[in-house]
Amino acid sequence: MPGTPSIQRPTQHQFNPYSDNGGTILAIAGADFSIIAGDTRQSEGYNIQTRYAPKVFRLTDRAVLAVNGFAADGNMFVKKVKQRLEWYRHAHAKDMPLRAIARLIQTMLYAQRFFPYYVYNILGGIEEDGSGAVYSFDPVGSYERETCRAAGAAQSLVQPFLDNQVYFKNQVPPPGRAHPTHLPLRDVLDIVIDAFTSATERHIEVGDGLEMYIVLAKGRTLQGVEAAQEISARTDGERVFVLRRDLKKD
Amino acid sequence: MFRNTYDSDNTVFSPQGRLHQVEYSLEAVKQGSAAVGLRSKTHAVILGLKRSTGELASYQQKMYRIDDHVGIAIAGLTSDARVLSNFMRQQAMGSKMVFNRPVPVNRLVSAIADKAQVNTQEYGRRPYGVGFLVIGHDHTGPHLYEFSPSGTSFEYYAMSIGARSQSAKTYLEKHYEKFVDCDLTDLIRHGLHALRETLQQDKELTINNTSIGIIGPAASSEAPGSGESFRILEGEPISGFLQSMLPKEEAMGFAPAPAAPAAAPASDQDVQMSE
Repeated sequence: MPGTPSIQRPTQHQFNPYSDNGGTILAIAGADFSIIAGDTRQSEGYNIQTRYAPKVFRLTDRAVLAVNGFAADGNMFVKKVKQRLEWYRHAHAKDMPLRAIARLIQTMLYAQRFFPYYVYNILGGIEEDGSGAVYSFDPVGSYERETCRAAGAAQSLVQPFLDNQVYFKNQVPPPGRAHPTHLPLRDVLDIVIDAFTSATERHIEVGDGLEMYIVLAKGRTLQGVEAAQEISARTDGERVFVLRRDLKKD
Repeated sequence: MFRNTYDSDNTVFSPQGRLHQVEYSLEAVKQGSAAVGLRSKTHAVILGLKRSTGELASYQQKMYRIDDHVGIAIAGLTSDARVLSNFMRQQAMGSKMVFNRPVPVNRLVSAIADKAQVNTQEYGRRPYGVGFLVIGHDHTGPHLYEFSPSGTSFEYYAMSIGARSQSAKTYLEKHYEKFVDCDLTDLIRHGLHALRETLQQDKELTINNTSIGIIGPAASSEAPGSGESFRILEGEPISGFLQSMLPKEEAMGFAPAPAAPAAAPASDQDVQMSE
């Protein structure tokens, strides 16, 4: 009540080693390609730290890793994964297969079980058998191979959209036909772009820019998808391309 | 005369001011099969003669990749070579992590030289029994260094180590002034000529016993996009280079073709990764 002297209760201060840098990532696997995308905004609370901070990284010509959550942990984790891949290359004179990288990521995350990397990882790329693959992880290493997965701030907006458009959930196929098990590249690209523009509309932590990595199996082409920048190390095997788009900055 | 009494302990000088244990470790390098290194304005190459214990056996590995921009050829104890090359890889990776740039080659070579020196001054430890030829590329261009277990390292235009390497040095000393302007194919040809000099009677360089390590832009005949990174060529891909060698007498007077495109085969010579 006004006039009553206020009582100070004991307050405890504690350093919080984690913070949430927002953003959203998404990966979809096709029959012989994978798309791994992430917005480029990095925020903390209501502040934008930067409009361009990449969250998706090329590991090898067939593996791309997207990291989302606490950016400091995410960036460091990617560096450490890349080092482990380099040791593998020294020992075996070739790149690590995708499912081996997935298992490696699990062991690296679980090693920090009692002071975790605060990141949600999504690994996408091409398996040894040439099929498109997506692996998603929790911060302590639980993982699973899937066809599509969204993670991050707008996960609750994007994943249901993907469930409907990629898995055809709650949709009835036309009479006498079945839903396709895999979608063509152009369709998947459009789904990814629509997912991010929609998430940008309704979630404050998503926006500024979109970076999409396309990983193609050996022998597959981009098939007329507009000029994407190639970042493969070699052009005779799997190939990796980057596509950048603007997203709304508000 | 008193060599035997002063040569057991690393920490004991001889009356002539020599450390015999260190000198014996240099002998171990001389026992290893030959390796040759040479460089031009744009490239650095190392060539190794792989040894095998017999017709049924495989050939001992002579080269290691350290990083995209550094590779080594070894002569001497292979086990010591593995340990030191592992250390070099750790250094290269750590330096890249901390400073966000590839390690300068001279810094990397100094690191193993300093590490090797420790073993020449500590009681109870033996010197490393392996020498390296290190090639690398940094912002100052391509480089070739020799590392020896005594803890010394020097930069060279051309060098050879291992068994009968003096014969290779004779060839290199005669031709080294031509190397600086050579293209990759001619540089490799010079290296093969030099390596051939170290062979014993009625032995020859084959695709099985020869190893070539390259730093610098790919030859027109190499796979496109293989870039400047260190790569090792072995087996079938080097048959074209071996065939392009001149007969011995001609080789001693060999001058490179004047800026003509290399007459190397069209096959994919860039074999660093196996699928």
